[in-house]
Amino acid sequence: MEAAMGLMRRMPPRHSETALSALLSLLPQHSSDLLSQVDLPLQVLCDVDNGKEFILCEYNRDADSYRSPWSNKYHPPLEDGPYPSSELRKLEIEANDIFAIYRDQYYEGGISSVYMWEDDNEGFVACFLIKKDGSKTGHGRRGCLEEGAWDAIHVIEVGPEEEGTTRYCLTSTVMLSLTTDDESSGSFSLSGSLRRQMNMKLSVADGHLCNMGKMIEEMEGKLRNSLDQVYFGKTREMVCTLRPPAEVAQMRLPDS
Amino acid sequence: MISIFVFSLFPSLSCFTNQKAFTDHYLLLHISLSLSFSSAFLLFLVPNKSKRFRFFPLKFALQRARKIGMAEEETELSEEQRKEIAKWFLLNAPAGEIQYVAKDLKSVLNDDDVYNEAVSEAFPVYNKSHMICLEMPGRFGDVLVTSYGELQDNEYLDPKTAQVAIVDHVKQVCTEVRPATDEELPSPYIEEYRCALDIEMSKYVGEAYPKGFCSVYCTNGKDVEGPGSDFELVVVISAARLSPQNFCNGSWRSIWNIEFKDDIQILELKGKLQVGAHYFEEGNVQLDARHECKDSTLFQSPDDSAVSIATIIRHHETEYLASLEASYLNLPDTTFKDLRRKLPVTRTLFPWHNTSQFSLTREISKELGIGK
Repeated sequence: MEAAMGLMRRMPPRHSETALSALLSLLPQHSSDLLSQVDLPLQVLCDVDNGKEFILCEYNRDADSYRSPWSNKYHPPLEDGPYPSSELRKLEIEANDIFAIYRDQYYEGGISSVYMWEDDNEGFVACFLIKKDGSKTGHGRRGCLEEGAWDAIHVIEVGPEEEGTTRYCLTSTVMLSLTTDDESSGSFSLSGSLRRQMNMKLSVADGHLCNMGKMIEEMEGKLRNSLDQVYFGKTREMVCTLRPPAEVAQMRLPDS
Repeated sequence: MISIFVFSLFPSLSCFTNQKAFTDHYLLLHISLSLSFSSAFLLFLVPNKSKRFRFFPLKFALQRARKIGMAEEETELSEEQRKEIAKWFLLNAPAGEIQYVAKDLKSVLNDDDVYNEAVSEAFPVYNKSHMICLEMPGRFGDVLVTSYGELQDNEYLDPKTAQVAIVDHVKQVCTEVRPATDEELPSPYIEEYRCALDIEMSKYVGEAYPKGFCSVYCTNGKDVEGPGSDFELVVVISAARLSPQNFCNGSWRSIWNIEFKDDIQILELKGKLQVGAHYFEEGNVQLDARHECKDSTLFQSPDDSAVSIATIIRHHETEYLASLEASYLNLPDTTFKDLRRKLPVTRTLFPWHNTSQFSLTREISKELGIGK
């Protein structure tokens, strides 16, 4: 299993779906582990009731059907799929609405979904998903990306309330890929995925959504910066190491 | 709970004697319900490992197991299919990482025969496409493994030294060296051009690439005796920086095809540049950049042509590097922004409020026509 994860770390992130399929067929006995540890770019379905799109993931899925956060119905319809309790559903509805605004502010487009369900510890788990297509044919405002995708998956385990505070455990994964393509500089493609965790104990005074929202915002900011500065920065450093820019080359001694 | 667990184990034990079950990539699937029951329990019982634990409520797993219990056919993978999958992994390994991929693959496949076959087919293709550089025994320097220099399955010509290197692809080493025969080498007329170009290119590569290697081959017309016919040379530059302990690897590959057109006395150049980088400390980020360019110049004497060609190549490659730099510089402000802004337009963090307050705020913002 470690070897399988090692392979996933080396395959190009843009081919992670193919890589995961391949691993699943080679290691069927580990399929549950693989599916829970490897993230794939998110898929989307359209809710037939209101025409809104929602994101598919393991957390709103039962057999082959997916529950829409807008209408709370399974697509395709299911007789007895699991549903959150009515109280949790209220929170879920509110979360979807607020998260949509958050999403619009940061992503200027894209699709978001939030799913919640009770867990067996008197707490609950919430899953916040965002999918953004930033290509010029998608929601890319500035039109510079030939292809661009950002998929974020945030899973928060919310513990039971203890003396006015609650424990939140956030596991976030961001997958992104971007490609620019033009005459003068050819095609330039960066893709990657990162996963991080964050644990916090917060007062319930502000409400769950506020607490979770702030954690997610902080985490997304960190991941974005990390991707930009550390990860992309490292690949840029590597390019300059392979072939240092002209000025540096001229300064070197001829036979060094 | 425990009794159910124990109960579910019994049928599942009998299941192990059956054929292995296979999945398609969207279902957690086992033949027997009981097996999925017990694995669902196991998921629940596995202790939290900090980075990788993904919580999966038992209730859901059980319900899903029930639904999935209804019929999906088994598809058994043939050896041929497993081999193809194995090859896919090997061929997609980033520069310098194929040995690590091979090691992991061996453990995943758990089948030495399929592994060995896949490896023997995939390694040569990978080595040639990455143009790996191998040291030749006997102080002859290095040889590049490329399709242009391939004489036979594992024999590669080094035109500079007129030696042929015999190579073990899987181990990625050069095992022995022999001198090239006359048929394997180009004619003296062609060799003049090839050699002059080789010298110029080696100078350029030595200056521009800290760890680069280059070779010049004749790909067409190697037996041309004198002026009056066209021929083609190809310049191959390969540079790699491997730093696995720093979780970072990268490679630069350039292939320049040069057509010497005798009738119009013009040289036409076509360049293909490819840069890759992989950084994988606690994550996995890869760069894949490609560029194609063209140019032309006059057909001159071997030495003058060589200088002219090297100048053109140097010019294009330097320009390309600059445009890569520009792409990186643009990232934070434009390209990345199209995916996710650093901050909202308001330049402040999102105003999360107490939920009941927020609903009110939302009403207000709707009235004002801002927000969603």
